Amino acid sequence: MSLALSVGLLAAGGTFLLFQRGMIRIILGFVLLTHAVNLLIISAGGTARRDAPFIGGDTSMAADPLPQAFVLTAIVIAFAITVVMATLAVVSRDDDDTEVETEAEAKTEEDKGDSGSLPERGESA
Amino acid sequence: MIELVSVLMPLFVGAPLLLGAVLFVVPNRHPLQPIIGMGSLLALLAGAATLLVVTFDGDVVAHQVALWPGGIAIAFVADSFASLILTAGTLVAVISFLYMMVSGESQSPAIPALVLILMGGVAGALLTADLFNLFVFIEVMLLPSYGLLIFLSRRGEMAASRLYVVVNLLASTLFLAGVGLIYAVQGTVNLAALAGAGDDPATAVATAVVLAAIAVKAAVFPVHGWLARAYAAASPAVAALFSGLHTKVAVYIVYRISAVIFEGQSAWMLAILIFASLTLVVGAFAALGENNMRTLMIFQMVSGIGFILVGVSLFTPLGLTSGIAYMVHHMIVMGALLLTVSAIEHTYGSGMLSRVSGLRTREKLVTAAFGIGSLSLVGLPPFSGFIAKYALVLASADAGSVVIAGLLIVTSLLVLASMMKIWADVFNGKRETDVEFLAARERIRTRQGLYEDALVSDEAIEREAALAIEHIEPPKGILGADDDPHDHRGTRVNVMLILPALTLGGLSVALGLGGEVLLQLAEQASNGLIDTGDYVKAVIGE
Repeated sequence: MSLALSVGLLAAGGTFLLFQRGMIRIILGFVLLTHAVNLLIISAGGTARRDAPFIGGDTSMAADPLPQAFVLTAIVIAFAITVVMATLAVVSRDDDDTEVETEAEAKTEEDKGDSGSLPERGESA
Repeated sequence: MIELVSVLMPLFVGAPLLLGAVLFVVPNRHPLQPIIGMGSLLALLAGAATLLVVTFDGDVVAHQVALWPGGIAIAFVADSFASLILTAGTLVAVISFLYMMVSGESQSPAIPALVLILMGGVAGALLTADLFNLFVFIEVMLLPSYGLLIFLSRRGEMAASRLYVVVNLLASTLFLAGVGLIYAVQGTVNLAALAGAGDDPATAVATAVVLAAIAVKAAVFPVHGWLARAYAAASPAVAALFSGLHTKVAVYIVYRISAVIFEGQSAWMLAILIFASLTLVVGAFAALGENNMRTLMIFQMVSGIGFILVGVSLFTPLGLTSGIAYMVHHMIVMGALLLTVSAIEHTYGSGMLSRVSGLRTREKLVTAAFGIGSLSLVGLPPFSGFIAKYALVLASADAGSVVIAGLLIVTSLLVLASMMKIWADVFNGKRETDVEFLAARERIRTRQGLYEDALVSDEAIEREAALAIEHIEPPKGILGADDDPHDHRGTRVNVMLILPALTLGGLSVALGLGGEVLLQLAEQASNGLIDTGDYVKAVIGE
């Protein structure tokens, strides 16, 4: 039950942060979200069986190693991508229009950043 | 032969990853960079073609990694479907890399290495028989893609890269959650062990989570919007490379999961059919509204994803065959069209419909490449599009969905309309007066590695433009008796730059004329999807 609650809380917090403006909050949202998924996978293996598989020879109560391997891999991958995203948050900050305060400003920023448009001939001088 | 191939299968993943790592050690701009890059891609293509030959008569090649017993080992498995998509994808990668070599993009730091690592991930995702491994390989595929997108986006803005990373990471997280749920219900994530598990409602719902995540990556309506934004900011050649790999790998996974886990249950296939038909219509309409060649093509790609998914949702032998044939055709033709657009953008400095015009008389080869690509995309004979689309329409009508068959034809007309829009604006008409200016600015930027919003002085551009007009002769045969040769001098697309697109276009013609071969390959692939017994047997090893 506590696991289910934790997964729910983490997922809710992560989703909330994802909808925020600003790259750092989105990154933190992803950190929470991946934790939620990792807990989900751990709970998929069952948490009642916790014994070590190699001492004593009784494996009926041994913990399921597979979800642990999954989570370990997932943590490494999530860490790598978090670093990439953190880099993206720092590099070329001036083109990030997600921090603009008012709607009107956000609109003009968007128009300027319109990916297809080229500056007019005079502007490039 | 099969023994040898199966033992060597891990090399499809291992060799590109290893060579990619080696390339990071080779200094930038060293001649070994493109040689190793191209060499390994060609070797990968040869390997994929070998797989295609070995699996052609229905054999399934599997390798239990580390020789663990079947069911415990994480197997690599190739049936004719996986081999066919791997071959087509590698082919598009080879041609795109060729374009990058000509345009000088492969000179940027780490590009060949990233392309190789990307291919390692693609091969892994296509060949693995384990859902968690699939997640890992999708990540292996995505990480170099982030690099390619960022390094080669000369626009200097990271907004599109951020969008790409965030969307893909969200989809991956959802995918991982789905895999966790499947493990919770079934106690395994081995695809073969999950065969037919879709009968159980809990497993079906868990698998639906996985499919939803994959739908984001495949850019299926209503989660298709990120594709145009992200790919429009990439370098054109990278967009061509991604179009043949990323979305198609996602579609491949939809095919595989529908066949193995759901075994084509009609309720789930109906759900896919609804989303597929929405995707193909929305993509085609969205393309009509674009005023930039590249985004227009990318919405055509979204529409094409819809066409391909209609094939799997019918889940009849003919439906699957035509869907797979359409997928191969779409990879090749989309590559040809995007590379044509790349050549134009690279030379003329803009892909806006209103900026470039009058290419028909000046650029014979570009016109040919665009003509072949667009007619094939629309679905006219003798191109591969005709074979694939004709089969798909027949299959829909055959399966009783006459409405869908009609929808496919009407959508093709919309595709034709948007292709005619490009033709009218870019190829017909008079030359824009400032095109020489744009082209000169693009050349200066390319030479100096400047960002798109970096300032270049007007005088430098004027000098560059004057130089081009002085030195580049007008194309032969376009001068009338009264024409002033001076009006026709100036920038033209380099022949080498358009050759990659023409190669893919030629392939489309070949597949259209030899449609029998394409359909046979696709039919063999679809046999393996309808009866998954051989696949399961090869993986589990019973």
